[in-house]
Amino acid sequence: MSSKLADFEDSGNCIHCGLCIASCPTFLELGTEIDSPRGRIQLMRSLRDGTVPLDDTSVRHLDLCLGCRACETTCPSGVRYGALIEGAREFVESRHRRSWWERMKRGLLNRALPNPTIMKTFGWAVRWMTRLGLRRLAGTRLLPASVRRSLRYLPEPETPFRSVNLPEITAPAGAARHRVGLLAGCVMQSLFGDTHASTVRLLTQHGCEVRVPPGAGCCGALPLHNGDRERGLALARRTVAAFDGLDVDAVLTNAAGCGAAMREYGAHFKDHPGYRAAAERVAAKVRDVAEFLHGLPEFAPGRSVNVKVAYHDACHLLNGQGVEAQPRELLKNIAGIEWIDLQEADVCCGSAGTYNLTEPELAGRLAARKARNVVATGADVLVTGNPGCILQIRAALREQGSTIRVVHTADFLAEAYTHGAQARS
Amino acid sequence: MSFMTTSRLVGWLQDIVGNDGVVSHPTELSVYDCDGYTLEKSAPDVVVLPRSTDEVAAVLKRLQCEGVPFVPRGTGTGLSGGCLPLGAPVMVSLSRMNRILELDPANRRAVVQSGVINSWVSRAAKPHGLHYVPDPSSQMACSIGGNVAENSGGPHTLKYGVTTNHVLGVTLVLPDGEVVRLGGMTEDGPGYDLLGVTVGSEGTFGIVTEAILKLQPLPQGCKTLLAVFDSVADGSAAVSAIIAGGIVPAALEMLDHLIIQAVEDAFHFGFPRAAGAVLIAELDGLEAGLERAAGKVREVCEANGATEIRVARDDREREALWKCRKRAFGALGRLAPNFCCQDGVVPPNRLPEIMERVAAIGKAYDLRIGNVFHAGDGNIHPILLYDERDRDETERVVAAGREILRECVRLGGSLTGEHGIGVEKVALMPLIFTPDDLRTMEAVRAVFDPGDRCNPNKIFPSAEERVEVRTPRRQAAM
Repeated sequence: MSSKLADFEDSGNCIHCGLCIASCPTFLELGTEIDSPRGRIQLMRSLRDGTVPLDDTSVRHLDLCLGCRACETTCPSGVRYGALIEGAREFVESRHRRSWWERMKRGLLNRALPNPTIMKTFGWAVRWMTRLGLRRLAGTRLLPASVRRSLRYLPEPETPFRSVNLPEITAPAGAARHRVGLLAGCVMQSLFGDTHASTVRLLTQHGCEVRVPPGAGCCGALPLHNGDRERGLALARRTVAAFDGLDVDAVLTNAAGCGAAMREYGAHFKDHPGYRAAAERVAAKVRDVAEFLHGLPEFAPGRSVNVKVAYHDACHLLNGQGVEAQPRELLKNIAGIEWIDLQEADVCCGSAGTYNLTEPELAGRLAARKARNVVATGADVLVTGNPGCILQIRAALREQGSTIRVVHTADFLAEAYTHGAQARS
Repeated sequence: MSFMTTSRLVGWLQDIVGNDGVVSHPTELSVYDCDGYTLEKSAPDVVVLPRSTDEVAAVLKRLQCEGVPFVPRGTGTGLSGGCLPLGAPVMVSLSRMNRILELDPANRRAVVQSGVINSWVSRAAKPHGLHYVPDPSSQMACSIGGNVAENSGGPHTLKYGVTTNHVLGVTLVLPDGEVVRLGGMTEDGPGYDLLGVTVGSEGTFGIVTEAILKLQPLPQGCKTLLAVFDSVADGSAAVSAIIAGGIVPAALEMLDHLIIQAVEDAFHFGFPRAAGAVLIAELDGLEAGLERAAGKVREVCEANGATEIRVARDDREREALWKCRKRAFGALGRLAPNFCCQDGVVPPNRLPEIMERVAAIGKAYDLRIGNVFHAGDGNIHPILLYDERDRDETERVVAAGREILRECVRLGGSLTGEHGIGVEKVALMPLIFTPDDLRTMEAVRAVFDPGDRCNPNKIFPSAEERVEVRTPRRQAAM
């Protein structure tokens, strides 16, 4: 696959106009052009042509890319940057030897995160240790700085990691008008069980029969985005098989990265004649849960709530799936909402899959930037459609002494539609 | 520079801006080898990224001591190679000076650092009902510093004027490190208009680090029309007639058949794919007179063969239309891997003629040329498509581009409307300026940059290039 690095079909469209440059979070923070989309594409082309060596420096700058794909949304030439950076990462992983520490860290993330059993055990351990005051360890100097930085992302006792076992079929409240599939996923079902429960509740209340195929597992997004193509495709194959046989109107996700990756299944399997057709069929049905709810005619405004709300665009929802207006309209439809526009709503918070674990320094800067903008809104609640963003922004807000709640779109909607008002704090 | 000099220089610069403020690794430098003009490439030896006017001043003082030439760079979206390092080993990037320092809605002005992105100014001013008018098509990415250097235009400069009409003052660091403030918070101060010569000096006077910008109230009303024509000739005739008819639209932009295809592929706006040309006419101002002016534009277009006229229904449609127009250059990546955009100007009444000539030149050189341009200003942007891996085609692009500009001059126009001379058009300067003209301009430049160290080898042709002076000169052209 390495010959695919920056192939003409994808990067040939880049005409070096630079219109992408100011949409790139790393360029905004660093100001160095090799850390801009145009710079990285030029770097990929140079690596391909052999005019620049594949060494620690060039790998460093490819690593610094968040993969947020904001440049793709801006690019008028239709450069498929997401595919380019995935190709470049695969090229790097197959040809460049990283330090043992980096190899261990990345290997662990690519193996552990997609594994629900490991993640459930992890979530259980964290829940207990949180009760015992684990988060306080983040303040001690006994642990190495990198470990302490990662501890920041662990949840507060009031929003604990919780796993869920979704039933294979959940019947709707009334007559079934739609039948949908839902990806249980890896991290979502292991740590964000509450959000899954909200999602199912919302769907069934609005006439959907929800089917969760138990064999679907992890969709492969994390390893695919990290350049571990083989592992990613193996996982994706399983997910395709689980959903392809299902007679559903749509395949829903509530994690932005999963939806973005699943929509690209067709492209990922384009050279695999045995899987291509099935992959394309599943990909065509993938919708984000907010996008799907927005399209339901019976999804009417809920009860009145009395909160100030701002919305943050998860990159893989906005840039990976083009979902921008739908969640905003759903939220604005709730009576009593006071809507506040978030400045730089479309700039990545630095979470970016496993980026905040592999590149904590820059991730921290972007999180602080995001938190400053969120604080400036004066909102009570920040709503967003991706679990990674939630952990990242929560941690950054806490560090800035803010008490603004960060809530998943599905949780907020479920709260408003089923429990009614959440008092203004 | 020798390796020794470079490494010493890196140390000095790091003392000023910190280790992470200096780029010196060849891999990291390689991406600074050109801007939006990709026909010529040359990477600098060092890039320095200061964060304040003081740091810029300290950097330039140091370079003055060493006698080292330098070139300023904003976000590198220029289209004439204005920040190409030619004989300038050090590049000063303003990308970290990206803060809006002050927003003063009561006096309608903003003070910004020069690395601020153009569209950020209007974004910040919008809640106050204000905006920064000059809106180059690259406004989501280009920097105010670059706009000042090139005296940038944009679709809406037809009615409201270009950058120079919207800058009240600048902080300029001279090549010897001295900091001077030109202009000020109020308009039209006493004394020589040094601000006026600085705006558009293409970064040859020093480095602009801050600018005081004028903000304008958002227009009360706005009407945007899309007129469809069978041919560029019909569209051009309509433009000439609108201008001659005394109507002053806020913007009057034309897209030809080739561009319509690319833009439609990219944005699916719903342009008629079969059209030979479309004209976007925007009228703004007080609600009261808008309808009448729009009616007049409609009449003129119909009289000149418009087959269809649409009016944008709401802001959303209007924004979508402008998005198509402004990203049209970029959309050409769908047609060819490289493009060269020319920037000639003709008097509006010669528009039909020049468009005919552009088409003929395209045919003669066997090149695909798209046209998307500020028709109302007579500022044409023929975009020559090519593939840089095809040497013969690349050479034809250079030759055809020059011939188009010669035609502009012949019709009483000029070499550039807004992109600047840069490196791209230096050889053509003798077409419009006599040796005396050029010497006079160089004398002005020497007042600011006596050592010729700030952005050298731009604007002015070399001695050999001056020899092939061709008629008609500017006098004849005017």
